[in-house]
Amino acid sequence: MIWRALVVFLVFILIAAIPVAAQELRVAAAADLQFALSDLAAQYERQAGVKLSVTYGSSGNFFAQIENGAPFDLFFSADIAYPQKLVEGGLVARESLYSYAFGRIVLWVPRDSPLDPSQLKWSTLLAPGVQRIAIANPEHAPYGRAAVAALRKAGLYDQVSSKLVLGENISQAAQFVESGNAQVGIIALSLAVSPAMKDGKRWEISGDFYPDLEQAVVLLNSSSQKKAARAFLAFLNMEEARATLARYGFSLPSAVTPAEHKP
Amino acid sequence: MNFEAMLLSFRLAATVSTILLALALPLAYWLAFSRWRGKFLLESVVALPLVLPPTVLGFYALMAMGPHGPLGKLSQALLGHTLAFTFTGLVIASMVYSLPFAVQPLIASFESLDRRLLDASAVLGAGRARTFVRVILPLCWPGVITAVVLSFAHTLGEFGVVLMVGGNLPGITRTVSIDIYDRVQALDYSGAHRMALVLLVISFAVLSIVYGLNRQVWSPWPRR
Repeated sequence: MIWRALVVFLVFILIAAIPVAAQELRVAAAADLQFALSDLAAQYERQAGVKLSVTYGSSGNFFAQIENGAPFDLFFSADIAYPQKLVEGGLVARESLYSYAFGRIVLWVPRDSPLDPSQLKWSTLLAPGVQRIAIANPEHAPYGRAAVAALRKAGLYDQVSSKLVLGENISQAAQFVESGNAQVGIIALSLAVSPAMKDGKRWEISGDFYPDLEQAVVLLNSSSQKKAARAFLAFLNMEEARATLARYGFSLPSAVTPAEHKP
Repeated sequence: MNFEAMLLSFRLAATVSTILLALALPLAYWLAFSRWRGKFLLESVVALPLVLPPTVLGFYALMAMGPHGPLGKLSQALLGHTLAFTFTGLVIASMVYSLPFAVQPLIASFESLDRRLLDASAVLGAGRARTFVRVILPLCWPGVITAVVLSFAHTLGEFGVVLMVGGNLPGITRTVSIDIYDRVQALDYSGAHRMALVLLVISFAVLSIVYGLNRQVWSPWPRR
């Protein structure tokens, strides 16, 4: 009896260990793409029959993982600097690098908040009930850098710096304010329009206040599915995909060309 | 080297292991000596943090401490603010996270006591409290030290829970493990290396103490 159970158990383990058949593109994507890319992946699967398995996280983390041989086909970064560094390191195909969109940032508060950022604008941050302001960690998260740059430009940084709490990536910053643990967040518009957060109140910070959040994608040299990956990149270039990105709160470059490489 | 983060981690670990010891002593005593049939349920609860991923603990901790959670409501009434992103919040979350590391060594050492000594103590007229202080504690020193050291070390090495409820405030919630993670993310590998190495050495020293104490041959305190 015990032997039989053991055999069944072993068979289970063996089945679980059999690698899943390929034809699945493995994608590492910045957290701000969480909703846009899931939508795009679903569209693409219907259209081309190719499945995307996407891992969301912070761009800096993925950079380190890819440098150490992480098995991804494509890498969508929230900051073009990381893919550029991978190009320099010879880990990715130089000509595949292009910026597909620009990120935008908003002041966001939950629906039940007494504050209304669309009226108060910057002074939302100085309202009496605001004890904590969530942003992404500016040390390594592009959206955090943009938030700090905007605060500095608005002349508010010194007044609010003691209230800032730092999310590990922009999703966590959004979650801090969505859960009510922070009263205001400076987050990606692409997250503010997501199903969980679209009922909140937001005010978009003008692009003049922060440097471009240039989002870029790159194809890894180690990819064993380069053809399929390139096909997906071509799909991203098409009107339908661009419209989806725009709907999820990204600005689009006028024409998609390979990004310029800084020396 | 980020000394602020190092210092904070030590402060957190020291606070947590001290409070935990105070809580774990009576809890372990009761778990070791009680004859209640439902005891296994409480034992399971105590052991839960061993098997739950830190994300589960961190998630529930954040929800509980938020303005709609029970802890959040309580702290707002008492302190005027919620507990997430505060040192107090970290201490509470870490206590849950490290609880089994404080309780289990104590239970193990209480249970290995020779019960006849306790009976003798009672026969000679000592009350329970006196027996605990004069007989049980002196005999269970290695267990107590193990409990303190393990909960200290486990809190020092805590990452996931702090990441989820900390908010990364320098000097308040940015512990060494978070700082190392940030260094890696910011591609400052040499900075990460230095901090990681220090943590590695400390952890090794701590574990050596525990295993050294529990070695019968040259243990500083003979076990029985």
